[in-house]
Amino acid sequence: MEIIQLLLDGFLIALQPTNLFLVIIGCAVGLFIGAMPGLGSVNGVAILLPVTFIVPPTSAIIFLAAIYYGAMYGGAVSSIMLGIPGASTAVATTFDGRPMAVQGRADVALVAAAVASFTGGTISVILFTAFAPPLAHVALAFGSAEEFALMLLAFGTFIGLGGDDIPKTLFSIMIGLVLSAVGLDVLSGQPRLIFGDIPGFFHGINFLVLAIGIYGIGEILWTIESSRGEVQVSQAEVSVRRVLSAIKEMGGCIKSMIMGSFVGYFVGLLPAAGATPGSIMAYGFAKTMSKNPDSYGKGNIDGVAAPESANNAASTGSMLPMLTLGIPGSPTTAILLGGMVIWGLEPGPRLFVDQTEFVWGLIASLYVANLFSLLLNVAFIPLFIWVLKLPFTILAPVIFVLCVVGGYAPTQDMHDVWLMLIFGVVGYLMRKLDYPMAPMVLAIVLGPLAESSLRQALLQSEGSLMVFIERPISGPIVGVALLLFLLPVFKALKRKLSAGQGSEGGTQG
Amino acid sequence: MAVVLAIFSAYLMWKSAELPIGWIPDEGPGGGAFPFWLSAGMLLSSLWIILRWFRRATPQSRSSEPYFDSQSATLIALVVGALVLMIGSIHWIGVYGAIPLFFVFYMKIIGRHSWGQTVAFAIGAPIVTFFFFEILLHITLPKGATEPLFYPLYDIFM
Repeated sequence: MEIIQLLLDGFLIALQPTNLFLVIIGCAVGLFIGAMPGLGSVNGVAILLPVTFIVPPTSAIIFLAAIYYGAMYGGAVSSIMLGIPGASTAVATTFDGRPMAVQGRADVALVAAAVASFTGGTISVILFTAFAPPLAHVALAFGSAEEFALMLLAFGTFIGLGGDDIPKTLFSIMIGLVLSAVGLDVLSGQPRLIFGDIPGFFHGINFLVLAIGIYGIGEILWTIESSRGEVQVSQAEVSVRRVLSAIKEMGGCIKSMIMGSFVGYFVGLLPAAGATPGSIMAYGFAKTMSKNPDSYGKGNIDGVAAPESANNAASTGSMLPMLTLGIPGSPTTAILLGGMVIWGLEPGPRLFVDQTEFVWGLIASLYVANLFSLLLNVAFIPLFIWVLKLPFTILAPVIFVLCVVGGYAPTQDMHDVWLMLIFGVVGYLMRKLDYPMAPMVLAIVLGPLAESSLRQALLQSEGSLMVFIERPISGPIVGVALLLFLLPVFKALKRKLSAGQGSEGGTQG
Repeated sequence: MAVVLAIFSAYLMWKSAELPIGWIPDEGPGGGAFPFWLSAGMLLSSLWIILRWFRRATPQSRSSEPYFDSQSATLIALVVGALVLMIGSIHWIGVYGAIPLFFVFYMKIIGRHSWGQTVAFAIGAPIVTFFFFEILLHITLPKGATEPLFYPLYDIFM
């Protein structure tokens, strides 16, 4: 029952006036960011992280987590009203949400999305509360070999499960790690990779510069290019009576919401997988389990409920490895992790022992954020529709200015602003060629930790790589990581074999 | 793209090698080892990407669509150009000179909005920025040649 006591203490922190205010503001900001096509939780958290230096770390992470949550709710709005996913996490919501809007049931779809998000969020936070402390306890025994093995696992999932072009994913991971090595070498104190003694590189490349560059500037450039066409905003009629009848209609969706929550949560736990595949998988499961799968894609309310509950559950799931192991489960949590370092907290299992107030304040605020996102979401539906009509040529300069000022604020060095612009433009050009960006951001956050744990482990073992395989916890983790690295090879072999058989069958037939 | 990235990787390898990349007795791997081997990995993956391009294994290498159509190229070039000019002019006329100019350019020329809207944003944005960053966060933003204009404001608010 110790957990319940800790959780109650957490609620006392989360319900402090400042923190409660930040949760509400964060949810509202997140809802709008999520609702805008092209912007999702990653963009919001990356662009607004510098703004949080004003408050203590606990309040700062509560604010950012509320944005994260709000954005997951908000993503559904543009999926339903515009047929354009508000964020990649809401892609599956368009499959049935858009047809419902076209049939004039936009309000039902919006309420369904909000209620499903709430269910997903609540179930996953309860799972989170139950799982996090024991996992953190186990992780306390981890040494540098285990730390490095976990990071190998995180990168392995990108390659094995990420689904992007493999050499490009590899390149993205490695360039992120190399960028993190710029600056002074931790062990010897010598400067390295400072590109002709440019003084700005001595303090290293702040991960925020890369994150704002890619998710702020790069993303807006991408949206400017891809959203030039006119879009049609659906009409939605909202009244208390219609909302209540929509909630009644949700009664039939309980099964798909619970299923979506569990699928989303466990997929969210894996690094690299996160909310996007989680919600698509939940949609697929709901469809296969359904009695009439043909109605999916034509405006089935279950087709909105399942992915929406999954993407919220996944966002909570991805916070579990971030808090307990110091390994982020999604690009957004990678940025939160980087923020924790800036605020002077050391991520990893020690957090649960040394920073109980921070950890439990955050967990309790997730419960609170969930409730407020639901209320704000339903209350502000007309406002969202107005926001969606806001021309992008107003939004874009506002975000650009926020990026420039936000990129300057942490280090107060113009060098970082220029670097951010370069990352943004190069990142945009690379993204056009399908280079995945998430591994790069994850790598620059994990890089310093990966290097020091690798070097420490090698020091202890006097250079023998066997240390990673021989230790009882690190061994199996490395094994799974290697399997993930090799997964694409197996897949390719299998495809070749079946293709070979297929063509043989063809000649015989 | 991959060719440029391969050259960049080789450059990084060469830079990393300025620090010891091998094993130093009693000290462990040298400071350059980590970035060196990673850059080597980058080089290998770029070579792999180039190889796949020649074998036409990726969708990009098979498509005959241009990398940019001329309309979006102009638009993106315009936006990036405006950003470069804005950041460049921060050194000279400061944040509070550059932001209004950027808004006027972006909203009037790219967005074709009315003068009323444009001016509202061009004036509103710097005021919000000033109150949030300088007064609430105590972060001094660069002001370049406009610095003396802010002395009275400092007197009032700080």
